[in-house]
Amino acid sequence: MAGTAAGGSRRSRLAPYLLIAPGILWLLVFFVVPIVTLAQTSVHVVDAPWWDGYYRALNNYGVHFFRSFRYALIATLLALALGYPLAYVIAFRAGRFKNLLLGLVVLPFFTTFLVRTFAWKTILNDEGPAAWLLRRMHLLAEGGRLLDTTLAVVGGLTYNFLPFMILPIYVSLEKIDRRLVEAAEDLYSTPIGAFRKVVLPLSLPGVFAGSLLTFIPAAGDFINAQLLGSPNQQMIGTIIQNQFLAVRDYPLAAALSFVLMLIITLGVLAYARVLGTEELA
Amino acid sequence: MRRMTRWLLDGYAALVLLYLFLPIFVIVLYSFNKPAGKFNFVWKSFSLDAWRDPFQYQALVEALKLSLRVAALSTAVATLFGTLIALALVRYRFRGSGAVGLLLVLPLTTPEVVLGSSLLTLFLNVNAPTGFTTIVIAHIMFSVSYVALCVRARIRGFDWTLEEAAMDLGAPPFRVFWKVTLPIIAPGVAAAAMLAFALSLDDFIITLFNAGSRVTYPLYVYGARRAAFPPQINVLATAILFVSLVALGATVLWQHRTVRESTSSPIPLA
Repeated sequence: MAGTAAGGSRRSRLAPYLLIAPGILWLLVFFVVPIVTLAQTSVHVVDAPWWDGYYRALNNYGVHFFRSFRYALIATLLALALGYPLAYVIAFRAGRFKNLLLGLVVLPFFTTFLVRTFAWKTILNDEGPAAWLLRRMHLLAEGGRLLDTTLAVVGGLTYNFLPFMILPIYVSLEKIDRRLVEAAEDLYSTPIGAFRKVVLPLSLPGVFAGSLLTFIPAAGDFINAQLLGSPNQQMIGTIIQNQFLAVRDYPLAAALSFVLMLIITLGVLAYARVLGTEELA
Repeated sequence: MRRMTRWLLDGYAALVLLYLFLPIFVIVLYSFNKPAGKFNFVWKSFSLDAWRDPFQYQALVEALKLSLRVAALSTAVATLFGTLIALALVRYRFRGSGAVGLLLVLPLTTPEVVLGSSLLTLFLNVNAPTGFTTIVIAHIMFSVSYVALCVRARIRGFDWTLEEAAMDLGAPPFRVFWKVTLPIIAPGVAAAAMLAFALSLDDFIITLFNAGSRVTYPLYVYGARRAAFPPQINVLATAILFVSLVALGATVLWQHRTVRESTSSPIPLA
């Protein structure tokens, strides 16, 4: 840590590289190299052209890709609709309860993701409380189900990734200079006008970051689809996992994985070009 | 009108919090259930049996132990590596720092199923058997980014001239680090370590690909859907939740005392 004051010395020029070396090496060996290996595996096809894995991936599982992105998009929009007002209330209206409320937002996530999803299974099952209540209110037909439906899967996805939406939005709202809001009100803006013209635009980086952090894991997830849905709700993650661990058709499995990553990376790069990577942190 | 809007807004926020907590209520409640069969998904009757014997299922206890070992080891390594990267990024201007920032963000923007499967293809290619070591390797990989970004966010904008002052006053480098730098970064590092630990304990998807025949706590829960889902799963989940609650409360209090900044959130992610 020494030597920052003497900015030009040889030691301080080396210092940052020494500091980053172990972590960056780890990421190169266990993140970058595996992605390259994945790409190689995807074209390592025996008895067929090299693109056979990709051909089968897109030909047979296009519907799963499409469904995954559709579910992830709906879950992201729902998480935004649920998360933004909560983040707003915590940032602007919670006062000294701010930290407590933030703690409450993350607290559920200290029980395992899987146990929580099983709890949803308990809530949504045919004899469970939600179905009973909705039947009593005549919102659900007698034989109607909640479990094994698209609603259950999308609801589960929304639930599981909601904090990833709330926290970045909260951070960007928190950064806003309160005087700007006061200035808007001094200039006879209505509260809604001040929100629309001042608060909302300044919170957009948080909205973008939160949307990515919700959309990406949701698109790749398979637990919610597997536990809360039926085969009709199967997402691409299930297929990838199954091809890798059960069928062991590695070229196809790698191609599926690679296509999923490629589509998402292109989206992220487009995002990064427009807004920079800073807000993701 | 204004009061009405506020009232609606607060009510809506409260409902969202309720949505976040709904499954938690169910987990705690069902830890007191006496299920009729092997599966604890339908309420039968109140019972303290599972709480009296939380360690009844050997395999569940073993899985939890494995998870705790993996989390301890990967958190220690990832916290060290990630903190060093964060210090480098905040304290120095150097060539390639932009690339480093990008390399840190990419694992977060790659779906877990891709991270898990790509690591598996690497291990298959070099004929490395999957097991304890590969689980730890994977967990360190995804935790380093979180730690580095979290620590960086927390220590950015701090008054580093304090270090120079200490040096000007004749403190040797090690003493400067111990007495000045470490206290400055400690709350951020602690928060990052807690996050890394929680992420490791919770990870299912990446672990599934790299666990071989080893069974971590999430993997046990996943497998339990077929064989038997005992209420002890809920008991241990409730216990972990309670311990986290205490740890979270302690960290919040400690950070209040250490850094008196109204903007610092107790949540490391952001």
